[in-house]
Amino acid sequence: MKINNVILRTVSKVVVFIILTLAIYLFLSGHHSPGGGFIGGLVMASALVLLFIVYDIETVQKAIPVDFKKIAAFGALLAVGTAFGSIFFDVPFLTQSFAYFDLPFFGKTELTTVTIFEAGVALVVVGVVVTIILSISEDV
Amino acid sequence: MSTLIIAIMVPFIAAAMIPFLYKKIVKLHIGWFAMLVSTILFIYLARFIPSIARGETFAHTINWMPSYGINFAAYLDGLSLILALLITGVGSLVILYSIFYLSSKESLGHFYTYLMLFMGAMLGVVMSDNMMVMYVFWELTSISSFLLIAFWYQRKRSREGAKKSLLITVSGGIAMLVGFIMIYVMTGTWSIREVIAGAGGFASHHLFIPAMLLLLLGAFTKSAQFPFHIWLPDAMEAPTPVSAYLHSATMVKAGIYLVARFTPVFGGEAIWFWLVTGVGLVTLFWGSFHAVRQKDLKALLAYSTVSQLGMIMSMFGMGSAALYFGYSTESVVYTQATFAALFHLVNHSTFKGALFMVIGIVDHEVGTRDIRRLGGLATLMPFTFTIAMIGSFSMAGLPPFNGFLSKEMFFTAALTIHEAGIFSLDAWGTLIPIIAWVASIFTFVYSMIIVFKTFLGPYQEEKLEHPAKEPPVGMLIAPGILALAVVGIFFFPNLLGDYLLTPAMAGIFPSFATEGLGVSIYAWHGFNREIWMTIGVVVAGILLYRFRTYWMGIYKIFDDKWSFNSLYSYVISFMEESSTTFTNSYMTGYLRDYMVYIYLFFIVAIGGTIIYTGTYAFDISGNAPITEFEWILTFVMMIAGISILFAKSRLTAILLNSILGYGVAAFFVLFRAPDLALTQTVVETVTTVLFLVAYYFLPEWQKEDVPRKSRNVNLIISVSVGVIFTVIALAVQNGKLFESISSYFEDSYKLAGGNNIVNSILGDFRALDTMLEVVVLLIAGIGVYTFIRLKAKKEDEHIENQ
Repeated sequence: MKINNVILRTVSKVVVFIILTLAIYLFLSGHHSPGGGFIGGLVMASALVLLFIVYDIETVQKAIPVDFKKIAAFGALLAVGTAFGSIFFDVPFLTQSFAYFDLPFFGKTELTTVTIFEAGVALVVVGVVVTIILSISEDV
Repeated sequence: MSTLIIAIMVPFIAAAMIPFLYKKIVKLHIGWFAMLVSTILFIYLARFIPSIARGETFAHTINWMPSYGINFAAYLDGLSLILALLITGVGSLVILYSIFYLSSKESLGHFYTYLMLFMGAMLGVVMSDNMMVMYVFWELTSISSFLLIAFWYQRKRSREGAKKSLLITVSGGIAMLVGFIMIYVMTGTWSIREVIAGAGGFASHHLFIPAMLLLLLGAFTKSAQFPFHIWLPDAMEAPTPVSAYLHSATMVKAGIYLVARFTPVFGGEAIWFWLVTGVGLVTLFWGSFHAVRQKDLKALLAYSTVSQLGMIMSMFGMGSAALYFGYSTESVVYTQATFAALFHLVNHSTFKGALFMVIGIVDHEVGTRDIRRLGGLATLMPFTFTIAMIGSFSMAGLPPFNGFLSKEMFFTAALTIHEAGIFSLDAWGTLIPIIAWVASIFTFVYSMIIVFKTFLGPYQEEKLEHPAKEPPVGMLIAPGILALAVVGIFFFPNLLGDYLLTPAMAGIFPSFATEGLGVSIYAWHGFNREIWMTIGVVVAGILLYRFRTYWMGIYKIFDDKWSFNSLYSYVISFMEESSTTFTNSYMTGYLRDYMVYIYLFFIVAIGGTIIYTGTYAFDISGNAPITEFEWILTFVMMIAGISILFAKSRLTAILLNSILGYGVAAFFVLFRAPDLALTQTVVETVTTVLFLVAYYFLPEWQKEDVPRKSRNVNLIISVSVGVIFTVIALAVQNGKLFESISSYFEDSYKLAGGNNIVNSILGDFRALDTMLEVVVLLIAGIGVYTFIRLKAKKEDEHIENQ
């Protein structure tokens, strides 16, 4: 079945980048305003899903040659790893910490270990959502 | 970070590295890496010997969940050190042996990963001070043992043996967990040291006896005590290095360690004394009695291990009587039994490890372990024969091997305890030395079978798969070292006694003065009762061995139909069948039925609660006014909901359904919950896509011809669910049952540095939940992937059930 979806393709080429930017913005803003690892990951996953719908799976996989199972596994490792990481600083398991730094260009910035933890969450969400959708849709 | 905790972690880190190293380093056998790790650990632990011998102990705690008292506390005293040295020492030798035993075609990456996992778990068990942490490691040993037994998973018997050992040891482990929780309830601490320090203070608590029984259940299942011993012979399907390591030297000693560790808490009670001693003695007899009838050398060794474990267990039971009297010069005499138990624990690991390796060599070289096909190997495999002889004679309790010393001490303990005059020992105490003696005769007989049936007698090459020859030197090093230890300990027993066993005694009898606990071991005591018992064992044993064809008939009494094995398989198949019947009775395959179950439960549970508690009254006068926007949105959602019923195709239904979802998201926006709105929108999008993907596989949507009766039932159910939901939504504002906890989280900027309370809760305050959810999500993803993508192809089926 061949559908003429030139408009969809053209639009999504632009829109995907907007969605991806939004995903990263949501991920980073999560500490103080709505957003966070889960939503960021989910938005990123929906951008990828859009690509899979508009183009076909082979084309997208050629363009983004990553194994999403590995991404999910890496995310879980990151999340669990930060949890264990706190042990090395002689504080209880899963302790998060934060501090303020003066960075060039950004000014006074808050850096926190929660971001690493949330990055793990986001990667798991992206990896798992894409893996599930790909494996169901490829099972023909 | 203390080095003790790092030492526990090192094997786990090694286990994580092995799969990568195995892929990268092709030339070198990956076993060398595993051996390096365990040898370094052994040397590290051995450095503690002098300070432990001086009576020091080492402890270090990492706070894990301090609010629940669950902390990663490592503790090293004499008792832990003995076990830890055995784990790493025998571990290194077994790995060395396995390098030559396993061919490089096997999946060695898996093998050594599991082995390292086991080593770490085992170190964790013996070095944990916290009961919760100990439990986790305890079950981890069961799991890694399962993986190792099923290493040759193509074989049906391997899988069954692995399943059996897992079921028995894990259910015992759960019983032990319940026992631990009871101890926590009684004492208010998870720390074993603190429990021991407060021992005696809670003996009258009504949970004291249940806790003891559950704890013993854990110990008995793990240490293969009667009647749970049935898993050990089946576990022999594992590769021989695994049997030598897990099922003779280390894992089965975990139960014994547990009994020893908790002796100061429960020892001195009559139930503890009789259970540990009694079960130990029955196991000792039963194991040795059945070892004699085995035709497979490895099965013989399995039963012999069961029997020897029973012997160690019974000695710990006898020793616990000393705590009944409290500390005095008279009571110290009973602690000798515990000393003997520790001594035999070490001795057993040396000679049994050597014997397992020797049997492995025989199996490896000639291709069979059946004693009916073996014979006359002594001249062809002289080194193997020597090691086998040292091991067997030590096991039989003959000089000049270490088994003789501990066997004599066992007799001494049995003779001492039957004169103790407590716990109604006057009536039954005489049985203890008698059972000990009879079991020792059978031990002697099967030890002789190993040596004489395998290595002497006629050599029948036509029955063997390969002609016999000595194995490569590397395979002989490990059993050779163990055999040297067997002889060495006989000549210098007090070196071991002073530096390892006496400090361990201080851990088992903390209320006793250390000076009285040490026992000097002598090979020769003059012509006392013990030596006459040994001579009796040898004479009776030789007679029984000579004339065994005449009395082997008694084994026919023990029909296989009435064994514990058939009870086990009956229970398993009964449970499988009944659960299949039960599941099939409600899993009809109709989606409607499942919906009916769910909603009926909802109606009964929630609706019932609302009516029962009378909380259905509601008052809407305090609610905010409803704006036009909200009216419109509600109206749209209602129309969408009703139109689903009349949709002609699935696609329409899915899209209409998603309108409901987006409508809810719009409500979140109206009610100023941007977090929820965002999440709901994106989740709705992704689920709609998922729906559409799955929709491809569904058949054409047809109107079902539902009978009028079930249509009415459907109607009633859906109306009541709708009513209950509405009532809950309206009545939920009614009463405040609990004080709100949200005020705590309002400080999130100060506490976690984040203004977004929701995310601070997710990522910081309750990060454990999030972490585990992430892991669950990953598992779900892998699950979907494997179910869909890795279906067994037709031609793959024959790999199973070899």
